[in-house]
Amino acid sequence: MKNPLDSLWGTVISGVVLTVILYEVVKNFLN
Amino acid sequence: MELVPALARWLHLLSGIMWIGLLYYFNFVQVAAMKAATADGTAAGISKHVAPRALLFFRWAAVVTWLAGAALLGGYFVSAFTLSKGYAGIGVGAWLGTIMLLNVWGLIWPNQKKILGLKPATDKEKNKARRVAFLASRTNTMLSIPMLFFMATGWHHPF
Repeated sequence: MKNPLDSLWGTVISGVVLTVILYEVVKNFLN
Repeated sequence: MELVPALARWLHLLSGIMWIGLLYYFNFVQVAAMKAATADGTAAGISKHVAPRALLFFRWAAVVTWLAGAALLGGYFVSAFTLSKGYAGIGVGAWLGTIMLLNVWGLIWPNQKKILGLKPATDKEKNKARRVAFLASRTNTMLSIPMLFFMATGWHHPF
């Protein structure tokens, strides 16, 4: 599988996905 | 308005714009520009005159941003970094920023020194350094997206 960080779009999409995951973690488990 | 938190916030924003602005310059502009410049034989202009200056402001802006952020957290520093109740949002942002700072000084800068010829390296070492620095820089670009979300949304914390 190609590393998503090799492309700019892959990097941006990975960042947005990570944001959603971390948001859910903080909302549900840390607050 | 309290003076110290106001100055810390101001400095945090100024240096943060410089740090992340240069990070986005490297990732959105310079990587593609270097590829094109290498193809037409003009890459030396970027690697000799632009990249070292950009990296100087980039790495020191990262330090100032982190220190100003720590000053801004003040007495809530430990609560943020231990992700205490009510501080987890800013804590995640602070952790992401800290990981990014460590990436700058631990991976990007040491490898860029080899790539730019500021530190002796064989061609094989330079090629490896290019890949490591590239991936560390892309990782920071990726991490900046949630980092800015948690820093900017003012979520469940007084900052």
